[in-house]
Amino acid sequence: MYSDKVMDHFTNPRNVGEIPDADGVGQVGNPVCGDIMKIYLKIKDDRIEDIKFKTFGCGAAIATSSMVTEMAKGKTLDEAMQLSNKMVAEALDGLPPQKMHCSNLAADALHAAIEDYRSKHKSA
Amino acid sequence: MRRVYFDHSATTPVDPAVAEEMYRFTKETFGNPTSLHYYGRQARRAVEEAREKVAAAIGADPKEIVFTSGGTEADNAAIHGVAMTNRDRGNHIITSAVEHHAVLNTVKALGKQGFTVTILPVDKYGMVSVEDVAAAITDKTILITIMHANNEMGTIQPIAEIGRLAREKGILFHTDAVQSFGKIPVNVDDLNVDLLSISGHKIYAPKGIGALYVRKGARWRQTLFHGGAQERLRRAGTENTPGIVALGRAAELAAANLQEESSRLAALRDKLIREVPARIANVVLTGHPTHRLPNLVSFCFKYIEGESMLLSLDMQGIAASSGSACTSGSLEPSHVLLAMGIPHEMAHGSIRISLGKDNTEEDVDYFLEVMPPIVERLRSMSPLDQESEFAMSGQCNGCRISHSCHA
Repeated sequence: MYSDKVMDHFTNPRNVGEIPDADGVGQVGNPVCGDIMKIYLKIKDDRIEDIKFKTFGCGAAIATSSMVTEMAKGKTLDEAMQLSNKMVAEALDGLPPQKMHCSNLAADALHAAIEDYRSKHKSA
Repeated sequence: MRRVYFDHSATTPVDPAVAEEMYRFTKETFGNPTSLHYYGRQARRAVEEAREKVAAAIGADPKEIVFTSGGTEADNAAIHGVAMTNRDRGNHIITSAVEHHAVLNTVKALGKQGFTVTILPVDKYGMVSVEDVAAAITDKTILITIMHANNEMGTIQPIAEIGRLAREKGILFHTDAVQSFGKIPVNVDDLNVDLLSISGHKIYAPKGIGALYVRKGARWRQTLFHGGAQERLRRAGTENTPGIVALGRAAELAAANLQEESSRLAALRDKLIREVPARIANVVLTGHPTHRLPNLVSFCFKYIEGESMLLSLDMQGIAASSGSACTSGSLEPSHVLLAMGIPHEMAHGSIRISLGKDNTEEDVDYFLEVMPPIVERLRSMSPLDQESEFAMSGQCNGCRISHSCHA
C-alpha cells in the first residue's frame, strides 16, 4: 500500500521532538478525527533554523509530518509557506487515494507554525 | 522473520482436510446436483451429506439449512425475507448498534423502504439489554435481529433470553452467528432463534460459502433474487458444490473440536488480557470481562493511532486489525467501539487480536515482546499529553485548518 519512501519516513522519521523555546508553534487536527500534527520552529534571519514535529495519526500522517520538516528545514519563511500537501505527497512518491486526507495536515501544520511566529513578530 | 497471524475474525486459512475434500469436487465430482444422471447424483449426495453435517453442528434439521454465498448473503436473505414476507402484519424491525454492516445496512435500507427501525443502544461492554428489547417491542414489530457474538470486541449477547421474549410475543428472531459458530456452542433450540447465519471463511472453510438456518414453520420466503428451484426454492443458483462440501466438513470439525479448542484459545486470550496491561501503561480492554469469545481480545492504546500500530506490527511479522478510522477507510472509527461509549480518540487507538487454530503460546509471547517498544516509539512521537487526559478541549474549535474534515 505505501511506497518505500513513506515506509522509510514512518520507520525512521526525521525531526521528531519539541523545541522548548520555539519561535513558532502550529497545531492542526483533533483527536476526534484521529489526526493531530504539532510543529515547532526556531527561526533565524527569516529562515527555519530548526524544526521539530509530534504527530498522533496513521503511517501516512507520520511520514508526511517527517517529510514536511525535512523539506522546510533551512528554507526562508516565504519559501516554506509555498510548500503544499501535494508537494509533500509527491516527495514521498505518492500516497494511496484513501490516505490523502490523513496527509492533508502536514503542510497546514507548518503554515500554522509560521503564522504563529509572524503574528508574534509583526515587524518580521 | 517469525510470522504470526492474529486476524482470524477477519478470515481463516482453509483447513488442509477441508481443502482436500473440496478439491475432489472441483476436479471429479463436478456434476450439477440437479442433473438426473450419474454425475448429478454424485454431486447431489455430497451436497445433502454436507447439509446434514451443518444441521447437526447447530442442532437443526437438514431441511432447515439453506446454502448461501456467505454470511453477508445469509444476513440479507434472513432480514429482507422476513421483512417482505411479514409486511402485511407490521413494519417494525429491532436491531442493535453493534451489528455487522451486513445486518445494519440491510436494516437501514429497509428503513428507507417503508419499515421503521429501532437500533438498540449497548452498555459500556457492548451488551444489549433484554429489558431494552422488551421496551422496544410494539404490535408492529415483525423482526428482531441481534448478533450472537461481536467481531470487534467479542462480547456475547443474551440471545437465549431475547429469543424467549421474541417467542412469547410471536416475533421472528434472527441472529448473526458468524463469529460465534465454531467458538462457542451454537444450538438453534438453546438459543431460541428462528433464523441464524453462519460463514465458511471464519471456520477454516473457503470464502464465498455460508448458510442460513430457517426454522420449520417460520414465516419467511426468499426475496433476494430469482431463478431456478435450487435449495427447495429458497436460494436460486446452481449449488456451489465444492464450497458446500467444504462448509460441511469444516462445520463437522468445528463441532468436534469445540470444547478443546475453545479452552485452548481462552487460555491464550487470558494471557494477553493479563500481560498486555502489565507491560504497557494506559491500555484499556474493550468488551465484556466474562461474556466474551474465547479467541478475541481488543485493546485501546491511549495517545496513539491504530494503523500506525498495525504497520509496525506487520513489519515484525504480526498480522492484527484495528477499529481506527484510517483502517476503515472512513473518517469515523468503528461504530461498535463508539456505540460502547469509547471516545473517538481512544477508538482510533484500538488493536484487535483474534486467535485461531494455528496460534501457539509462542505467538502470544512474541507479541508481548514486540508490542511494548512499538507503543513506546509511537507515544514518543505523539503530541498528546501523556501525564494527564488529552490536552485538547476535544471539539473542532481547537482544529486549525483541515479542509478535508467534514465533522
